[in-house]
Amino acid sequence: MTRHRGRGIASVNYPIGMNLGGDPSQALVHSNPSGKFTVALSSIDLGQGMKSVTRQICAETLGVPVEDVYVDTADSDTGPHCMGSFASRGTHRVGNAVIAAAREARGVMMEAAAEELEVNAADLETDGRGNIHVKGAPHRSISTKDVAIAAQFKQGKTISGRGIFLVPLSDVDPETGEMSPATCYAHACLVAEVEVDDETGEVDMVRMDSAYELGRALNPRLVEQQLVGGAWMGVSHALYETPEPYYPEPVHGPRDFVEYLMPGPGDICPHDIAVLERPAPDGPFGAKGPGEMCANPVLPAVANAIFNAVGVRIDDLPITPEKVLRAIRAQGGARPQPRR
Amino acid sequence: MTKTPLQFQHNGRDVAIFVDGGTNLLVALRELIGDMTPKFGCGQGGCGTCSVLIDGELHLSCLTLAETVAGRSVETLDGIKDGPNLHPLQRAFADNFAAQCGYCTPGMLMAAKALLDRNPQPSRAEVVEAISGNICRCTGYEPIINAVLAAASGGRARA
Repeated sequence: MTRHRGRGIASVNYPIGMNLGGDPSQALVHSNPSGKFTVALSSIDLGQGMKSVTRQICAETLGVPVEDVYVDTADSDTGPHCMGSFASRGTHRVGNAVIAAAREARGVMMEAAAEELEVNAADLETDGRGNIHVKGAPHRSISTKDVAIAAQFKQGKTISGRGIFLVPLSDVDPETGEMSPATCYAHACLVAEVEVDDETGEVDMVRMDSAYELGRALNPRLVEQQLVGGAWMGVSHALYETPEPYYPEPVHGPRDFVEYLMPGPGDICPHDIAVLERPAPDGPFGAKGPGEMCANPVLPAVANAIFNAVGVRIDDLPITPEKVLRAIRAQGGARPQPRR
Repeated sequence: MTKTPLQFQHNGRDVAIFVDGGTNLLVALRELIGDMTPKFGCGQGGCGTCSVLIDGELHLSCLTLAETVAGRSVETLDGIKDGPNLHPLQRAFADNFAAQCGYCTPGMLMAAKALLDRNPQPSRAEVVEAISGNICRCTGYEPIINAVLAAASGGRARA
């Protein structure tokens, strides 16, 4: 028995969103008499951080503290339409809609503040701490709470805004089939190192090194969290998970979590991640989105690493010990490739 | 069907309920007591999100007959915080971004608490072993392991 080390690399060019019917998302923003703001969305936060990041985007655009913004999501009865959380589109599409809505709400807020301070709205600015003051004269100031109360009970104004992000529909060129499904692309490169046992066919992850280019990371900790977790979902797809191990006979497939294999905490390996920020011109504050791309490069990188380790090319997922062992036997033993 | 009276301690308080024969502890906690912190994941001991402590020991409540906890002490995630203050493990999970969708979190926290209660300074390998019966889809486990180690070292960052 020998354990062979191998290293594989993969790069991805990942489109953000997909242009089927314009790929729209909407947002509504309104202030409450307390001076706090509510963002209404029907977009879904699956744990990836949609609520946190849209909250940041709204607060930044309004010029108020992030604590003063509440995001109400995931209910199509109370939130405006969203295409959904898929195609790594959430931050980019919904974020742009939130910016548009928050800009409109900010315009009304500044008008209401101008009326209270008896100045021109163009001469006002926000301090990001919940106050609006005359530029260059911080003492001529009013809190967003007092503005909200004045708008609500005195001026009869609704401090609110509507936003939508819609990509112009891309027609398909009848000659070439060419179209433009996405407005920006994220990129990643990942190197996987594995150890393959030529007697059992088992593949162990040794380490991963990756670089992700995803526009501006609006919340670096959430981005890192998604990249760490997503890479492990990629490993799980590459080596463990399948609903149909004996395709096309699903009757022999796994029925539950005991039979459906997933990596556990003992199967993880060190993963060093570099995040490169190249702001996207049409992204909210330059953001694209880590989304699905966090899992994608892992699968080809692991397949390439196995080839590098023992010389077998498996093109059928997941790469189970049985498949590796059959392939090694078919070629008469492990053939380690030159180490790269 | 005849119901059986059942008394036990739930997070330090005495509770008395009537259960059908065969009712498991998870159903008793969620549907009869109203403690929704233990989650139903697989119902057969494969995922760990229903984990609770019975007399301080980690158990899968979906595989525990409710009647077997008569007179014993059951601790769930609902009971680990101190009034309005989060338990150090909960604080460490938040600080280390150890939850994404959050469905595995109650079980992870109870498994981690069972570990730290008997071994306040565990090694990384001991943490991995302690949570190895709990499945997480989102985090890749790394932030969870780091959170437990951070809680064990009193919130101080570890190298």
